[in-house]
Amino acid sequence: MGTISSLANPTRFLSWSARILPFVSVLAAVTLGIGLYLSLVASPPDYQQGDSVRIMYVHVPASWLAMFCYLVMAGAALGTLVWRHPLADVSARAAAPIGAAFTFLALFTGSVWGKPMWGTWWVWDARLTSVLVLFIMYLGLLALWRAFDDPTRAAKVAAVLILVGFVNIPIIKFSVDWWNTLHQSASVIRLDGPSIAPSMLWPLVVMAVAYTLIFVALHLAAMRAEIYRRRARTTEILIAARRPSTAVRPAAAH
Amino acid sequence: MTHLPFILAAYGASALVLIGLIVWVVADTRIQKRRLNELEKAGPRRRRSTTQGL
Repeated sequence: MGTISSLANPTRFLSWSARILPFVSVLAAVTLGIGLYLSLVASPPDYQQGDSVRIMYVHVPASWLAMFCYLVMAGAALGTLVWRHPLADVSARAAAPIGAAFTFLALFTGSVWGKPMWGTWWVWDARLTSVLVLFIMYLGLLALWRAFDDPTRAAKVAAVLILVGFVNIPIIKFSVDWWNTLHQSASVIRLDGPSIAPSMLWPLVVMAVAYTLIFVALHLAAMRAEIYRRRARTTEILIAARRPSTAVRPAAAH
Repeated sequence: MTHLPFILAAYGASALVLIGLIVWVVADTRIQKRRLNELEKAGPRRRRSTTQGL
């Protein structure tokens, strides 16, 4: 715990993140290149879906990252409320736009996969609707952070909202089991093992790893930007406080 | 390749969004770092601390 706390010190975070960010970025690019080759060239078409199954290799990782990003934010929210760590809110705030982007991608790629397979772009079933709710929650959180002038107050309110909204994550995961949905049930993360053929599972796993590395790189970089933003704001306040007052005093009553 | 327009739309949108995110994060980092450097030159120096403050 002491080591984690030490690495999470903002000054030390800026130092070690600058060192590992290039490696994570290169690793993400290489993994993505391999994943794209496996997805678009090496993997076979599905016997029922044809080549449209290739949409799975970008849709499923985006959906996993949409939820994983919220999981990171929920952990950060606990860090804000329980341990009051200054980097926890930085982490949550940096993750929110990335999570919103992945959720948008999950919805969009799902829609363009749904049209040729289901015959419709959209259906109000439990899985699709709960992911749409997740997207709206990301946008709401971004708006909330912008609505407050005081970052400390915004951090507490956002942390509470993140934790309340966390109830949506198991709903998304289990919606296909709890309700009768047009969306298929889980085929990778199952108690009895994946039901998907290895020739399609491996490209999916590689793409999922690539998306996770992209998220890690983006999150680290966005956290660095957020730390610089907050330090600049603090410096601005210090400059304003030291400036001689130019306010006009009301004239004394005679 | 069957369903090519749908596949292109999915991969194209993914590429656009991910490249957009990368460009935005890199640009934001540079802007905030430059802003902080300019403010530190103009105003009081922040203490070089190893404390947990931002």
